Amino acid sequence: MLLTKEETHAQLFTMGHTGCSGCAQSMAVKLILEVLGKNTIATTATGCLEVFSTRYPESSWRIPWIHSLFENSAAVASGIEAALKAMGKKEDTTVIAQAGDGGTADIGLQALSGMFERNHDVLYICYDNGAYMNTGYQRSGLTPFDAYTTTSPSGKKSFGNSRPKKYMPEIAIAHRIPYTAVASAGYPIDLQKKVKKAKSIKGSKYLQIDVPCVPGWKYEPRYSVKIAQLAVQTGLYPLFEAEYDKIISVKKISKKTPVEEYLKLQGRFKHLFKDEAGRAEIEKIQKIADENIERYGLI
Amino acid sequence: MKKVLEGSMAIADGVRMAAPHVISAYPITPQTHIVEHLSQMVADGDLEAEFIMVESEHTAASVVLGASACGVRTYTATASQGLLYMEEVIYNIAGMRFPVVLTVANRAISAPINIWNDMQDAMAIRDTGAIMLVAENNQEAYDMHIQAFKIAENPDVMLPVVVNVDGFVLTHTFEVVETIDDIKKVKDYLPPLNMKYKLDVNNPYSFGTVGEPSVYMESRFNLFNAMNLSKKVIVESAQEYEEMFGKFHGALIDTYKMDDAKTVIVAMGSVLGTIKDVVDELRESGKKVGVLKIRSFRPFPEDEIVAVVQNTQNLIVIEKAISPGKGGILSMEIRDVLYKHKVTSINVNGYTLGLGGRDITPKNIYDLILRAEKEENVDGEFIGLMQQQYL
Repeated sequence: MLLTKEETHAQLFTMGHTGCSGCAQSMAVKLILEVLGKNTIATTATGCLEVFSTRYPESSWRIPWIHSLFENSAAVASGIEAALKAMGKKEDTTVIAQAGDGGTADIGLQALSGMFERNHDVLYICYDNGAYMNTGYQRSGLTPFDAYTTTSPSGKKSFGNSRPKKYMPEIAIAHRIPYTAVASAGYPIDLQKKVKKAKSIKGSKYLQIDVPCVPGWKYEPRYSVKIAQLAVQTGLYPLFEAEYDKIISVKKISKKTPVEEYLKLQGRFKHLFKDEAGRAEIEKIQKIADENIERYGLI
Repeated sequence: MKKVLEGSMAIADGVRMAAPHVISAYPITPQTHIVEHLSQMVADGDLEAEFIMVESEHTAASVVLGASACGVRTYTATASQGLLYMEEVIYNIAGMRFPVVLTVANRAISAPINIWNDMQDAMAIRDTGAIMLVAENNQEAYDMHIQAFKIAENPDVMLPVVVNVDGFVLTHTFEVVETIDDIKKVKDYLPPLNMKYKLDVNNPYSFGTVGEPSVYMESRFNLFNAMNLSKKVIVESAQEYEEMFGKFHGALIDTYKMDDAKTVIVAMGSVLGTIKDVVDELRESGKKVGVLKIRSFRPFPEDEIVAVVQNTQNLIVIEKAISPGKGGILSMEIRDVLYKHKVTSINVNGYTLGLGGRDITPKNIYDLILRAEKEENVDGEFIGLMQQQYL
């Protein structure tokens, strides 16, 4: 859909930022703010989003926005929510806390757990691109199994990241918060539906979004959406919603796809296509996908 | 009204008078009584505030940062390891120019772990950009907290203020404190916070943006300037407080029996009480000794110190912190100020006492005064070591 000039200028996350072409994170931000509207205050952890959207004196944010540190996005949002309550303004304002996968599942996990446990009325959004992309593609707790990163490189004795991705949404669910959802930049309508639902619920909400990263995953910019969709269709990135401890919906796989189709488009997995040993690794990744399909009932 | 108050109660009551909207804290000895009293005030409806008990000091500081960014008055308290854990956030609060008030119940730093009083924790945050005041007794702790909000929120300042109170020595000790009966008078002294820049959906600003090499230095320069401007504000806040509430404990510094003093003891915090007792006794026997109290450690009262020490011969700096590999920290700064102002005739001896709660006795002070005339340029010598078998 093409936007008019006026519509483009009215967007709450505006053009002019320095995100890479094909950046799925910036697409997701735009989609989210379309739903949330202007009565929203956002925190953002240190990371790509903060860097590419707020090069002083420029800012892409047409909502009140604050970046403090790497690990405290959830804590700063807790403070904002408390201040709004104290001023009697909480009812009209949505507070979101944003971070990448490192800022969420690694260094920011303590602050996030605290926010959940206190049940602050905040929507926490984790933009998951599976590594520390802003600092140059180092591994995080959400880096997938066998992915090449600059600190989990492939080599004679390595197939890349040796551990599977941390099940972060299940950590959120373990806090018995009112709403947990997993979405993908490849499915914008599903993403916006989940944001809308999160906005309508009081208390802590966790939304994790798969956002492919062109330079980190090493693919052509035009494949961002396709790769995000393949992650879902292979079963590697299950999309679902949970209320408290119950999963209430899953996005069914419409066209089951072998993981190879997903892996082969990305440079971070190219070492798996070199020889027989690599093929055996791909089988292991297929097993992870199959287990997800089974566990979440994706078919 | 005069009451017998524990230091922590006095602090909590001073904070109540300032009426912060958001308080956040994580427990650490010897700060705990302060936040316990505040929690009870909120529970009893005596203080209308959001009290957020969090999972760490890092988050406590981050919560007040977020709340302060919305333009409401905020408060937190910590000590020792907690302060070190907060340090990253304190730099950030100062950099974004949020007027948070923070009490530090000064305590030693691990290892070995030690819950007792010294000032090493405060020294660790010296360069964060927070204003650092030090209270001498419970009355001053009470009054200083009300002043702290006024200083922090001054439009020329807009910096966090750290109020240092000696752990246990003040926080857990009962003294007579005269509190303010009429909270309306405090409101006259400390009007509601009115921040020009804040997180507001009707007027959106971006905070904490990327400061590239082209702008970063200007941002730091503005902070540096604000710290310098705060000197005037600290003085005015103390004077105005005296006019309205009749209490004055000094502004940037305070002097005690210094007029004709040849030997002057320089110190911060509760140890000043012991020092003043010794000085009183020595004055009775005709010895010309006096006391220089550093009330504001940051900004450092350079001109004020130089102005009052001109006619002295010896300065004895007593401090409860040390920079390993160098020596005393306060004494380093005193020497720097004298050198800068070409005051070269004064002998400065710096001593390290009272680390980790070791008592500083009147005899310690008395001995150092006697030594002053015989020694030159002592730098951080440890006084009061006892356990010879561990040395």
